[in-house]
Amino acid sequence: MQDWKQHKATFASIAVSPVLWLVAFFIVPLAVVWLYSFGRNVGLTEIDISGTFSNYGRALEPLYLEIFGKSVAVAALTTLICLIIGFPIALAITFAQPKWRPWMLLAIMLPFWTNLLIRTYALITVLRTEGYVNKSLGWFWEGASSLKVMVGMAPLSTWEPLPLLYNNFAVILGLVYVHLPFMVLPLYAALDRLDRSLIEASLDLGAGHFRTLTQIVAPLAAPGIISGVIITFVPALGAYLTPDLMGGPDSQMIANVIERQFKRANDWPFGAALSFLLMYATFILIALQTLRNRSAERRS
Amino acid sequence: MTEKQPVISIRNVTKRFGNMVAVDNVSIDILEGEFFVLLGPSGCGKTTLLRMIAGFEMPSEGHILIGGQDMAGVSPNQRPVNMVFQSYAVFPHMSVADNVAYGLKISGVAKPEIRTRVDEALELVSLGGLGQRMPDQLSGGQRQRVALARGLVMRPKVLLLDEPLSALDAKLRAQMQFELAELQDNVGITFVTVTHDQDEALSMACRIAVMNKGDVAQLAGPSDLYEHPANRFVADFIGSVNIFEGKLTVDEPEQAVVDCPEVGRVFLNHGVTGAHETTVWVAIRPEKITMLPAGQAKAKDSPDGHNIAHGQIKGLSYLGDVTVYEVRLESGRSIRVSRPNLSRWDQEDFSWDDKVSLQWHPTSPIVLLS
Repeated sequence: MQDWKQHKATFASIAVSPVLWLVAFFIVPLAVVWLYSFGRNVGLTEIDISGTFSNYGRALEPLYLEIFGKSVAVAALTTLICLIIGFPIALAITFAQPKWRPWMLLAIMLPFWTNLLIRTYALITVLRTEGYVNKSLGWFWEGASSLKVMVGMAPLSTWEPLPLLYNNFAVILGLVYVHLPFMVLPLYAALDRLDRSLIEASLDLGAGHFRTLTQIVAPLAAPGIISGVIITFVPALGAYLTPDLMGGPDSQMIANVIERQFKRANDWPFGAALSFLLMYATFILIALQTLRNRSAERRS
Repeated sequence: MTEKQPVISIRNVTKRFGNMVAVDNVSIDILEGEFFVLLGPSGCGKTTLLRMIAGFEMPSEGHILIGGQDMAGVSPNQRPVNMVFQSYAVFPHMSVADNVAYGLKISGVAKPEIRTRVDEALELVSLGGLGQRMPDQLSGGQRQRVALARGLVMRPKVLLLDEPLSALDAKLRAQMQFELAELQDNVGITFVTVTHDQDEALSMACRIAVMNKGDVAQLAGPSDLYEHPANRFVADFIGSVNIFEGKLTVDEPEQAVVDCPEVGRVFLNHGVTGAHETTVWVAIRPEKITMLPAGQAKAKDSPDGHNIAHGQIKGLSYLGDVTVYEVRLESGRSIRVSRPNLSRWDQEDFSWDDKVSLQWHPTSPIVLLS
């Protein structure tokens, strides 16, 4: 690779536009919000940046810590379910015939390219009380009931639609649905790189498929699993739309609280502090992963 | 020597991938304790055959018996064979010792026994003391020894080796050829090796099956393959050879003559049992041709004007131990002649554009009917 130090002019001409972009649209707005987090409201629109830490203090009160903890739990559960569902999918794509692979990947990507709001409303129509799931189940229930009557038995009780929407179950289902591609793609990338003869060698030495999966495939796909976990967990932790539209009264996540500060509560400094706490948590996670990668690289 | 039993019996095995026939009705018996080599150019079906023995591919037709047992429906992890992969397939996340112990742990061998057997296996492949290394701290040759030890430690009926030396550099490869043959002799396990490298096959094998387009072109020992090839494919694939088309004009029990337009009349001191006037091919190895300055050739043991050709040196490549000459004959056909460089001083006696005469002994030409 050429050293940028030897080609300063070339490097600068290429670097100037991305740097300007980052400064104007990332660093400056972020810095403004960061400053707000050390301020307090002095009027409807005016914020006095006084350097106070009271917003952070308030963010660490049990009420908000609880929501924070709950968000972490929901995101972690989402990630776990994505991993459990995504790993077999990634394996299936990896070992599918080459001509099918692009189509299978497309099937994973397709929902990803559809607007999140549309997808969420579509999911709502499936899950709500009068939705397709409950309708179908009700139809089967009534069918079974009339079948029982036909053979002379007492009919079943009336069908009670399942509460599939506006609760934590719906939030997790929605989040898994939205984030599954984030998990499948890095897993697929890692599995696809795996030398097939390692799997064959394991089988050849007498291992069954399950043992080969746990002792050879999973450890070697570990970097892919970790990056899949992180890029699923991070956006799931900051999820806003899904808990807002599909959750019940007790399903709000930290992003919903933040949104309320900026809008209804009109408390920008507090919202800013909460945002930054969320961001710090994310950064620490990514930093840990980077450190781990570095030390792994140094070992080899 | 006692009567050897076939440890692997390949019976009328055909393998098709879609419309492509990779292995076409092959039958081979591989004997207990032999070093067997499947040799052929890429795409000849040799690797497919090996993978069918290992169980990674299933025959479309026919049967494979290992130790007398039909392997149809037996998965790779249930077969009494182990494989050394072309890429070695050493598990990169396990130490050398863990790699070698992997199969034993699965078989439920007791821990102390695992340790002694792993140590023995590593000692056998000269990796003693390197058990705690990780694969990325090993050289290519060492990784291959790990793969070997990992297979041998299982004490399989047969060890299958897929192009075992192809990833090594020339020097190491030559050394490993000897080591592999010696190792096989020591452990007494049947080795079945796939290779496209004829030197490798000739130097290691007891018997070689030369494969071409899914078929066994010839199955024989190394020197038989070289000196008595069954057809043009084998003659051409094993070593270097000059092949001329001709007509069989004389065919008697004690002598035969093939009239080749390109090189003249070729005399043999034995019969070939071919139909009179049929088209045949004559193959002569470059080292079995004697090159002399023009006019000095005098056919010995053959009628006048037979087994002699005249030409001009048009190419020369010095290979150290031998020099290979490209001689353009009067017919316009080029012929290869090799001469050992026996002395350090006489290397210069033939050069470009020298006019030369060539002669060969009546036992040297091989007559091929196909």
